[in-house]
Parts: sequence; structure tokens; C-alpha cells
Amino acid sequence: MKDIVSVDHLRVEFATDGGTVVGVEDVSFTIAPGETLCVVGESGSGKSVTSLALMRLVEFGGGTITKGALNFVRSDGSILDVAAASPQVMSRVRGNEIGMIFQEPMTALNPVFTIERQLTDGLMLHEGLSQSAATARAVELLKSVRIPEPERRLKQYPHELSGGMRQRVVIAMAMACEPKLLIADEPTTALDVTIQAEILALINRLKREKGMAVLFITHDMAVVAQMADRVVVMYRGRIVETGTVEQIFENPQEDYTKALLAAVPKLGDMKGKPAPERMRLIGDEAARAAVTAAKPRKPQVLLEVKNLTTRFPVKGGILRRTVAQVHAVEDVSFTLKVGETLALVGESGCGKSSCGRSILRLIEPTSGEVWIGGRDIGALNRHDLRRARAGMQMVFQDPFASLNPYRRLKDQVAEPIQNFGLASGAELKNRVLQLFDRVHLPRAFMNRFPHELSGGQRQRVAIARALAVNPKLIVADEAVSALDVSVQAQVLNLMMELQEDLGLSYLFISHDMAVVERVAHHVGVMYLGRIVEIGPRAAVFDNPTHPYTQSLLSAVPIADPRQRRFVDDLKFKPISSPIFPLGHQPAPSIYTEVAPGHHVLQA
Amino acid sequence: MKRFKTTKGLIGIVLLLLIALVAIVGPMVIPPDAATAMDMLARRAPPSLAHPFGTDQLGRDLMYRVILGTRTSMEIAVSAVLMSIVLGLPLGLISGYFGGFIDNVLMRLVDTLLAFPALLLALTISAVLGPNIQNTIIAIGVAFTPYLARIIRGEALRVAQMPYVEAARSSGTTDGMIMLRHVLPNILPAVIVQGTISLAFAILAEAGLSFLGLGTQPPAASWGLMIQASRDQLDIAPWTALVPGLAVALTVLGLNMFGDVLRDILDPRAK
Repeated sequence: MKDIVSVDHLRVEFATDGGTVVGVEDVSFTIAPGETLCVVGESGSGKSVTSLALMRLVEFGGGTITKGALNFVRSDGSILDVAAASPQVMSRVRGNEIGMIFQEPMTALNPVFTIERQLTDGLMLHEGLSQSAATARAVELLKSVRIPEPERRLKQYPHELSGGMRQRVVIAMAMACEPKLLIADEPTTALDVTIQAEILALINRLKREKGMAVLFITHDMAVVAQMADRVVVMYRGRIVETGTVEQIFENPQEDYTKALLAAVPKLGDMKGKPAPERMRLIGDEAARAAVTAAKPRKPQVLLEVKNLTTRFPVKGGILRRTVAQVHAVEDVSFTLKVGETLALVGESGCGKSSCGRSILRLIEPTSGEVWIGGRDIGALNRHDLRRARAGMQMVFQDPFASLNPYRRLKDQVAEPIQNFGLASGAELKNRVLQLFDRVHLPRAFMNRFPHELSGGQRQRVAIARALAVNPKLIVADEAVSALDVSVQAQVLNLMMELQEDLGLSYLFISHDMAVVERVAHHVGVMYLGRIVEIGPRAAVFDNPTHPYTQSLLSAVPIADPRQRRFVDDLKFKPISSPIFPLGHQPAPSIYTEVAPGHHVLQA
Repeated sequence: MKRFKTTKGLIGIVLLLLIALVAIVGPMVIPPDAATAMDMLARRAPPSLAHPFGTDQLGRDLMYRVILGTRTSMEIAVSAVLMSIVLGLPLGLISGYFGGFIDNVLMRLVDTLLAFPALLLALTISAVLGPNIQNTIIAIGVAFTPYLARIIRGEALRVAQMPYVEAARSSGTTDGMIMLRHVLPNILPAVIVQGTISLAFAILAEAGLSFLGLGTQPPAASWGLMIQASRDQLDIAPWTALVPGLAVALTVLGLNMFGDVLRDILDPRAK
């Protein structure tokens, strides 16, 4: 079939303070109707620049197409070189013949317009429909993206819809004029895994029904495996490798592709393995040589959480009185042993982060007990709590926000040591040096500022800072979620290495099931503030018993093109609200033990 | 772009050095009484060889008066702004960092002050304390404090929610240390920008007070006083407004350029 898009030797430049920066260079690919081309790469690889160039939106970001042709076959059969088209022509093509879906569904919709207005504006502009005809068409579109009660949705505002609904509306908008090409730039990155599964299935169905060409931009190899017909792997603005999805995953030719694939944790990889295992990264000999034989552990309990409950007030009215409560953490109990990792998994809003923060008393729990090494954290006064914090440290999600931009790295790593007066002078300097060695950072980085480091390096600094006071427990709140996949694997390996060497215990909070399978000894699945299922990692993954765990696991994309899961329309039960009126007394959590150590919440 | 920035900084620094030089050395080198000597025959004389900047309504030489006024104006403006920073910074920092009850109490206090127009507040303070330079500084300093405190509070509120503040707290850093090491450096750019803008307003506020007889006392000279005096003769002797006006404008320009550069110097990311 004739290609609908052919990009030929594209080069995009950006003018910056420091001179011209090449965004992408020598990028060529084609897309046929009914085909999904995935462009995959890590941050800074130029994948988004490529898609923006195709829409000629790259100019709004200060870029210029300096070389190459972007040929697009228009609806009337004529061939348009997007690179040379006039702005007038482009505004007719954009949104009409090429549709686009962005990453963040909330920002892609204007919060002050109803869904109807957002949908009908484009229809009236591009297709010249009357108001009533446009509304009728809008209802049809919402039906085609499987939004229930479309007539009612039209009268609603974006904030009244859930994240998945919003992204469906964005897709409906992109589909409004029946584009021949759909560009999806990380359309599911900001979404929870069950919603991601729904959206991916929806894009697949629309592609099949309308014969659309899809240009799918993502950093997630698992999503690529699920969606792509053909794959373009990009690195630093250039194409590394192109091929069918099977070729790329089963027989990658280039080293970069191989390294990228080796770094992707694949759900099911750990089947039959008793203990967590480091990832076998290419070029990381230390990890390869690492002996991963499970050491016999002393089954000593470090952290015990009993009936932990945290509620936040919802204020309302003129007097700002508490009108309701968010039950963020509801009757949660678990234990964590020395040298082990307990992972808390769940979707956004399930209370996993609140749970971690409540344990460290960064937020005050409403009730319940937290015992660390035989001390009741909840009973400590301010002074003792500060002292106790030396034993429990935290690593945060965003390595760009968790370091103070105005302080040198050595000062930030030294700060916890100084706080507790553990060392000073030459001894302090020595300790900081050792910590940099420990997290495999060059000593030369000590005098640098955070902005001079990459995301992975910053996260290593954050880990070094957490290690500074020799804690027993580290709460890692989505500690690898913001990192590129190859960096994520390295940081995961580092964390596992530190655990083996120092006997650390991790409370590993994450939404990523594949990562959790890799690092955890025990897994707790959280839903609406409660742990619905908890047990040894193998038990929870091999024999998921609670319906929520089952649906969560079935929604995880698998990095294997032979295991396609999102072919037909999927519909997961939406997560209900954890907000309850004042005085609401929820039932206590009662568990059934389905296997030794494997507990499931009774319905 | 980079070269432009350094040029801008250089211009700012040269301007400020020039103004400082005039303020410090000026009163020493000009003939005594030159700024107050009246020449009734040459009232409102346009710029000429004898009077390069012209003369005012009493025939006083504007060049000498501008030179003499530099010291008064700068002294009052800089001191007043420094005072408002000294008062407003801890107020805003504590309010924004701790939030809650402390924030409510401090900000209601600030709101009360804000409810009065700044000039009226300065006027009241100055009237109560009596007209002299120190009291003018106190009056303007106090009157500007609530604006600065409000801005600093907003910034502190933003910074206090950053993960690095939470990280510091979770590693046992005390509140005082967090404010000093983590919050303060991150709100400094806003303080610098607001401070340089305030300086220009402080020069004009001093003029307002002087006009009402509460600031600089004639026959002493200040830029503000000169601008006020020129008010009703703009059509016949525009230079009487232009000369001190230009002095204010150049000072503000220099300060703004210098402020921008200072902010960049303090920001490790801009290097």
C-alpha cells in the first residue's frame, strides 16, 4: 500500500544562547495507512521533536526545519511537503487531516469550556457544520471512544471527568475530522496502568476500523511491544535502528537497542526465582558478576505497622470547616524484615505515598502504631522524632526537585551527618567521599551543583544523602519512576547492591508492576487506602487472588510483541472515591490467609 | 546573548559606581553654598555655559543641586529599602514556611498595614516621629515592609513545598536550618528584583514626604524635592523636572541591570 507519510532526511535545529543545537538529524521513515509506527527513545532522543516537525508545531518551540522533506498524502490525493507548506495550509491540515493526542489530558483540554464546546469548535471550523449537526456528531464521537452517557458528558467540564475519560475526550477531539494520520505523543505516560490499557486498546480499535496511520511516540518498550507494527529506535537525535516490532525485540542489530531491551524489566521474568535479582545490563560487568545466591537471612522484624490510618480533612464553605475526610490510608498493617524489600503497589490515589509518609511521620497519621527497631515512632516527641529519623530515610520520585538547586552536592550529602553531629572536619569530608564512591559517582562531582548532573546521577546523590546517616530503613517513593529505562535499571541495581552489602530494608513504593516484581521480597497491593492483598512476591504474582490484583496484573503491558493483550476494547472498573462524610466508620480490614504469609482482604 | 548579559551588567555597575561617586565625592568638591545660592536675575534659566543644567525657580544652579541631592536621595532610598527587607524577610519567611496559625496571625497584621496607602502610612509615621532624615527612612521602610513580606511569603510558601525541603526535614534538619539553607537561597532572586524596584519607589516616596514638608527640609536638596518643585512650571521650565527625573531614571536603570546580574551570579544554574 502507498505510504501516507514519508519523512526524508529530516533535520531540525534550535537556536539557543549557546549557538545552534541540532534537535534531530537525518531522520527518515514512512508510515502506511492502517499501520502503527512507534518511535521509541529516552529523553532527549528527539522523538517528540520529530512528531512536532510533522505537525510543523516545532516552530512554536523555537525550532526550524533546515533540511529534508516531510511528504504527506492529503485527503484529495495530492502530496504536501509539510516542511515547505504555508501556515494557512498547515492550519487546515492540523487537526483536520492530522490529529494529535498529547501526554497530559488535563492540559490538552481547556478547563473553562464544556466538553461539547471543545468538540464542536473544531467541527464547525473545519467541516462547516451547524451547531446542531456538530452536537450530533460530538455525541457520535463520544460513543465511538466508548464514553458512557455521552449526552450528559457534553454538558460537563473537564475537571468533572476522570483521567481516562479525559484522554478519551482528547482522542475523540483528535478523531473529530477523521484524520488520516494520528500522532500520539506519550498518550498514556501520565495515566494509571488500567486506564493505559483501555486507551491503548481504544487506539488499536480506531486504527483498525478507520484504517488510520498512527505515529506513536513513547519511551516505554513494553507499550511499543503491545502497539507497534514497525519501530524506529532513536538516540540523541538520530535513528539507531528501524524494523518490524518482532525484528527489534527478537533480533536487535544495534548495541543501543540491545542495551535498551536488556534494561526493561519484563513482567514474568522472575517466575520461579525466590529472591530479587539484579538486572543483567550490557556493559555493566559488576552486575553480571554479582553473586545473586540468596543469603540466609535472619528473620528479624525491623518495621511493624499496625492498623495505620491517615485521613485528610476536606474543607468547605465560607468558614472553611471540615466537611468530609479523605481516607488516604485505612487500617493498614504489615511487617518488614531486616534486609528485605516490601513493595507497595497501586494506582494513583490509592494511598501508597501517604502510607510511606505516615510511617516517617512526614504527615501525621490519624491512628495506628508504627514500630521501627522496637521503638514506637508514633509516641515520640518532636525532639526524639528528629533523632529517630537518622534510622529511616527517604528517596523521592523527582530527582530534579528533591535536590536544592543552590547548594553544592557535597554539602547536601553532608547535611544529614551534620544534623546529627556524627562527624566533622576531615572525618566528615571522608564520609562524603565514601558515600560518593558507594553510589558509583565520580568524586569530581562533589563540588558541582545539581543542574550539572543527569537525572540518574541526581538520584544517586539522593541515595547517597539517604545513606549518609546509616539508616536501617529507606522509604523509596517512586524512586525510579521519573528515570529513563536504562538509568532506571542502573539505579535499581545500585539499590539491590546496597541492600546486599548493607542489609538495608526498603519500603518500595511504586506503580510499576514489572519493577516491583524485580526488586521485592514481599508485595502489598493497595486500593482505596487499604492493602487488598499482601504476601511473598511469588505468591502475589503467580497466584493473584483479590480481583483488584488480578485486574491490575492483566493491565500491565508486557515487553513482548508475541503476547499482545490490548486487542479488544477493555473496560476496567473505575476507582471509586476515598472521600467519606465526617463520622464515617469504615469496616476494619479482615484478611484471609490463602497460603502461608499470603493474605487477601475479605470483601 | 551571553555577551549582551555581561554588557548589561557592566553598564549597570558603571552607572551605580558613577552615582556612588557623585554621592560621596560630589558634596566635597562643589563650592560650599553653590547649591543654595540664589540668583534672582537668572530664575528658571535654561541650560547654558554658566548653568549647564539650568536653574530653578529661585535661580539655584540645578547641576549643583542634583549633585547634592544624590547623597540625600540615595541615603534615604537605600536605607529604607534595606530596612524593609530586614523587617519583611523574616516576617514573610516564617509566615510562608510554617503556614497555618502563625501565617494567619502575621498576614492579618501585614494586611492591616496594607490597607493604608503606603504614602499615608509613611506620612503618619513621619508626622509622629518628626521631620528628619532618620525618621523619613523609618517611615518609608515601615511603609514598604508589608509589600515585601507578602511577596516573600508567597515565594517561601512555594519553596516550602518542594521535595528538597521535605528531604531535608526527613533527614533531621531543624526548621531554622531549613529556612536558612534551603528556603532563603531559593527566594533570594525574588527579593533582589523586588528590592531594586522598591528603590525607585522609595526615591519618589521621599519626594512625596518632602513635598508635604515632612521629608528633606529646604534648602537642602533631594531629587524628589526637585521633581515636586518643578511640578507647576513644567510648561515654562521643563528642564527643572527633566534633570532630577533623568537622575532617578538612570539610577533605577542601573539598579535593575545590576539586580539582574546579581541574580544570575547567585544562581548556579545560569553559569
